[in-house]
Amino acid sequence: MGADPSVMLFGLDVDDHKAIIGTTRGLVEKYGRERVFGTPLSEDAMTGVAIGAALSGIRPIHVHIRMDFLMLAMNQLVNVAAKSRYMFGGQESLPMVVRAMIGKSWGQGAQHSQSLYSFFMHVPGLKVVAPTTPYDAKGCLISAIRDNDPVMYVEHRLLHYQKGPVPTEPFTVPAGKARITNAGDDVTLVGISYMQVECLRASKYLLETGISAEVIDPIWLNPLDIDTIAESVRKTGRLLVVDNDWLSCGAGAEIITQVLEQVPDRHIQVGRMGFAQCTCPPAPSLEELFYPNARTVAARAFDLVRDNAVTWIPEERADLQEVEFKGPF
Amino acid sequence: MNIKKVYRELFRIRRVEEEIARIYPSDKIKSPVHLSIGQEAVSVAVCEALVPGDIVFGTYRSHALYLAKGGDLRAMFAEMYGKVTGCARGKGGSMHLVDIPAGFMGTSAVVGTTIANAVGYAYGLKLQSKPHIVASFFGDGAVDEGAFYESLNFAHLKQVPLIFICENNGYAIHTPQSARQRDVNLCDRVGAYGIPATRIESGDVFEIHRHVQEAADALRSGQPGPFFFECLTYRWKEHVGPNDDFDAGYRSREEAQAWMANDQVRLAGEKLSDPERMEVEQNVEAEIAAAIAFAENSSFPGASELTTDVYEESEQDGPDDFVWRGDTGGHGSGDGRGPIRDAIWSGC
Repeated sequence: MGADPSVMLFGLDVDDHKAIIGTTRGLVEKYGRERVFGTPLSEDAMTGVAIGAALSGIRPIHVHIRMDFLMLAMNQLVNVAAKSRYMFGGQESLPMVVRAMIGKSWGQGAQHSQSLYSFFMHVPGLKVVAPTTPYDAKGCLISAIRDNDPVMYVEHRLLHYQKGPVPTEPFTVPAGKARITNAGDDVTLVGISYMQVECLRASKYLLETGISAEVIDPIWLNPLDIDTIAESVRKTGRLLVVDNDWLSCGAGAEIITQVLEQVPDRHIQVGRMGFAQCTCPPAPSLEELFYPNARTVAARAFDLVRDNAVTWIPEERADLQEVEFKGPF
Repeated sequence: MNIKKVYRELFRIRRVEEEIARIYPSDKIKSPVHLSIGQEAVSVAVCEALVPGDIVFGTYRSHALYLAKGGDLRAMFAEMYGKVTGCARGKGGSMHLVDIPAGFMGTSAVVGTTIANAVGYAYGLKLQSKPHIVASFFGDGAVDEGAFYESLNFAHLKQVPLIFICENNGYAIHTPQSARQRDVNLCDRVGAYGIPATRIESGDVFEIHRHVQEAADALRSGQPGPFFFECLTYRWKEHVGPNDDFDAGYRSREEAQAWMANDQVRLAGEKLSDPERMEVEQNVEAEIAAAIAFAENSSFPGASELTTDVYEESEQDGPDDFVWRGDTGGHGSGDGRGPIRDAIWSGC
């Protein structure tokens, strides 16, 4: 926003005292109420406003504190934002960013927990990014803001507290490049959004059994860097995609299919993990079962590598504990 | 308003639409057409109050608006024919006309959709201190959509330089307004948002223009927007397609007769002398014939066009030079390693 006066940021409560978990803190004071403002509860029209503003030369960032709320904006996103460049023969350009957060834990329940990024991956004309590290969160956001097409920027609520190295100066992480986050030889783990953290933890559990897991963070779901994943699978022969979403018609199905199309080896073993095929329950006992975690991921990867010959699930380790989201939000 | 120019605009739209209806059965036009015949006056009246640089957003029934705002006629016919010389390179069709240099933004096939886009554009103009204004066209069907009311609220909240134009032709496809709304007083509804709202019942091109010109002048002089006009009008042809449909049962020919007697194209023409009128008509006919020939003689898009313009074609940024350190997350040591929420803040 400092570098480009055409960047505008708005959404429900971006200007309140909580400032979207601090991500928008001080922006009103710095850039003014015309460029940074809280909106009426009108997701549909405000998405249309973002599109219209983008057409006028503005680069809007539209913030949604829950991905679930985007269901109110699907017409504008799918029918207009995704299609305008194409259906107007290249005459229209829509540089806009939609920040959408996924909730988890502390009883987020049915309508505060959905990922839904596969909806957007399905539609030509949208880009989708789900960074998992501070470095990528910043670099991808700047890439998204500078992009001349609409970008869905997916944030996981728990990841907001992840720490890691990040330069203070502006930089970009280019669209369509995955990152190998842990090198390994026996199995390829692709962890999407928050499940990237669980996969990295799972790789540490797997070390106990002598299994070396290569962990990949796709970062961008569209464009998807299938080459990096396929290259890894050529080496390991095994692919487990752990999605932060339901499995049917999801990112995991897409990634596995593309890998198998690219690596024509019928001996490659594949697996998918993700949400249980039900609505997310708030009761802790059920919510625990709803999500994959580092231990269940490790167990599944172990099965893939050992051909289900023996079953194993690691004991919980305090040094690999999950980051806890302390409610209330 | 210059009567000769008004007649030219009205007659040109009428004749373009009649030619589309004439050609349509040949199946050369590969696009659902929602003709503007009978509704020409609203677009012409409003666009006469606009200047180059002003912007309009319309609907799938926007042939009249496209032409009145100065859209390229040859590119319009070519688009109907699905040719690569079309205004959207054959990828939009009748419902998605566009002419950015003329200030005619791309139209939508989903009712109510462009209203919010128009509001956003007007907000963008205000934010960038640009001197222009926006006109948002939609039908009476669009006022049933929630996005319409959301848009009114935000447009008024931010006082954007915008004029809402509701072309009320009485029907949402085939369902009359009275079957969709119990108390049909649209201006009361809009007025409740604090927006000046005026109903123009006559369909008269000069009366509509007078009202809209006043609003446009007010906006240009710095008065806060938006303004709202409900312009009664009447669609002569079927909802989609080239035919009459007075035998379909949902409306009567008698209902149409009052509007046909009030035909703004004919009435404007009668204000001209015969030689003046004939000069206008001959020029328009020649222009239309040339546009049709242009469309006929143009090529269809080649195979490479299929996947062109899904995204901007651009050179990718170079790869970043970040080396992953194998961190497993958690709260970390905090030695200058900010959490993601701070990284997002920093990215903004």
